[in-house]
Amino acid sequence: MPETKDEERSSRRTFMALTAAIGGLAACESGTEAPVAGGPRHLGSTISPYSERSKYETTTRFMPATKTPEQASSRTPLQELQGIITPSGLHFERHHAGIPDIDPVNHELLVHGLVDRPTIFTMDDLKRLPSVSVVRFVECSGNGGSEWTAPGSTTAQLAHGLASCSEWTGVPLRVVLEELGVQPEGRWIYAEGADACLMARSVPIEKAMDDALLAYAQNGDALRPAQGYPLRLLLPGYEGNTNVKWLHVIKVTDQPMMTRDETSKYTDLLPDGKARQFTFDLDAKSLITSPSGGQKIADLGFVEIRGLAWSGRGLIERVEVSVDGGETWADAELEGPLHPKAFTRFRLPWHWDGSTAVLLSRATDETGYLQPTVDQLIEARGKNSNYHNNSQKSWTIAADGSVSNA
Amino acid sequence: MLNSFRLLALAALSLPVLAQSPTYHVGRAATPADIAARDITVGPDGTGLPAGEGTAAEGAVVYANRCEECHGPEGRGADQGGFIGKPADLLGDSPKKTVGSYWPYAAPLWGYVDRAMPFDRPGELTRDQVYSVVAYILHLNGLIGENDKLNAETLPKIQMPNRDGFVPDPRPDTP
Ligand code: HEC
Repeated sequence: MPETKDEERSSRRTFMALTAAIGGLAACESGTEAPVAGGPRHLGSTISPYSERSKYETTTRFMPATKTPEQASSRTPLQELQGIITPSGLHFERHHAGIPDIDPVNHELLVHGLVDRPTIFTMDDLKRLPSVSVVRFVECSGNGGSEWTAPGSTTAQLAHGLASCSEWTGVPLRVVLEELGVQPEGRWIYAEGADACLMARSVPIEKAMDDALLAYAQNGDALRPAQGYPLRLLLPGYEGNTNVKWLHVIKVTDQPMMTRDETSKYTDLLPDGKARQFTFDLDAKSLITSPSGGQKIADLGFVEIRGLAWSGRGLIERVEVSVDGGETWADAELEGPLHPKAFTRFRLPWHWDGSTAVLLSRATDETGYLQPTVDQLIEARGKNSNYHNNSQKSWTIAADGSVSNA
Repeated sequence: MLNSFRLLALAALSLPVLAQSPTYHVGRAATPADIAARDITVGPDGTGLPAGEGTAAEGAVVYANRCEECHGPEGRGADQGGFIGKPADLLGDSPKKTVGSYWPYAAPLWGYVDRAMPFDRPGELTRDQVYSVVAYILHLNGLIGENDKLNAETLPKIQMPNRDGFVPDPRPDTP
């Protein structure tokens, strides 16, 4: 930056002289009196009530083939996205009985059970209550489930796209529960959605009183229908299934209700036939999104290694990256501001010399927990636990620059 | 911070104490009738199970008409999973989680079928039909007889084979 007005003026003059010279040169070469900057030009399209993305942008969620698309999941293209916010239209989906069509005027939340004042709230009622906005990830605990035995999926999206991150706005559930008066025997809440199967989960009262949110907005806008419009439970850092969408009932109870999705599903089977239950927390995880599976490094030389890290237990404190399959590690730069239980973007400059390489990352969160290898997870849990695979993820770079999951 | 500030500010205005929502005065009191109309919870101990009754013999008919197309003949599985098994099926390289092998409680099975099945038209079955089709699934697993009456009293007493199969979450579990 120039220090004084004079310097500024003189540098501007130099710049203008240079442009004139280049312009003159171009005119000389073409030998015509070209109109300024290649005109005349067509007018662009008009203002509109709602923006679509450019027609040249085509990235989409991945939808696996299924006979029951209402009971299915779609995956976020993590390798195509920048920063830490997932556009609402690309947030991963997991539904058990389709997306209900709910007019918010008719939507109500009943909060009852072991409370002094059971109450019904309309959406207008809820929005009047003190609200907060927070950046938080949501991840299905089945994310990475295909990677237990061998690296199976070809891209970051296929391997780990059941995770997304948004700014959520809503009323802290604590505000509502304190307002209604939780009785001393109230140890759990039961949360139920208004989808066709009335999907339901039980959650410890401690979580409900901590950072649980009755969320009505996502990235500044109303929730998308696929994310629970008009109201969802947001339980930061807890497995996705507990973040009940289309929320219409909360019941304070003295015990978990042992619903299907907290017994038959979302429990982690161990080699001795026992299963871990109420495995809520999503442990620290990281993933290199570029270069990642299915991509190709364009040329030798500078490559910015980019990725995402997140932990259900708080802030990401450190991400290390290896380009030699885990022999040596370098600290990546974490891009602030950092949010707890949110995607954290990391970057590391690298020089690719054209040789084959194995890239991987490992995150440490504020509890000191270090993202494990898949072998460490298998050592602790065997191969049948299905959920909660937060192991380190490697990508192999071939001599031609192509990247694969191996 | 903000919340406690607002609470203080409201307290300072010394608003009258209201029957509902004492601080913010929003929402309306839920009456017992409101709650009864919306509360479908069925606890593991059977609390919340409604009146009604059914047997496996009756349930076989419901099953053939409304479940078999997806779950296969006699609960053996088709496009969707089957229901028959025992806890030993949870061992080995390809464990099978079914009602018989995995579910820890019987009453929530009623709650699940009632709310979520048949998948393409949940809510279609009567309470008696839900009791009877649940009886059929339990009978296929050898847990009750074909003509045993299943109702709010008998269902919670059924001990599922994997009742003690679950342990708390010990994570973090890696070095
Ligand atoms: C149109 C296909 C279809 C029909 C008909 C159907 N189901 Fe299902 N069923 C499913 C699907 C799909 C799931 C998995 C749902 C999910 O994962 O959210 C399922 C899951 C279940 C489960 C849970 C299994 C477990 O171990 O977790 C039970 C129990 C069940 N069905 C019972 C029934 C009964 C009883 C009927 C008949 C009254 C029935 N189903 C009819 C498709 C069907």
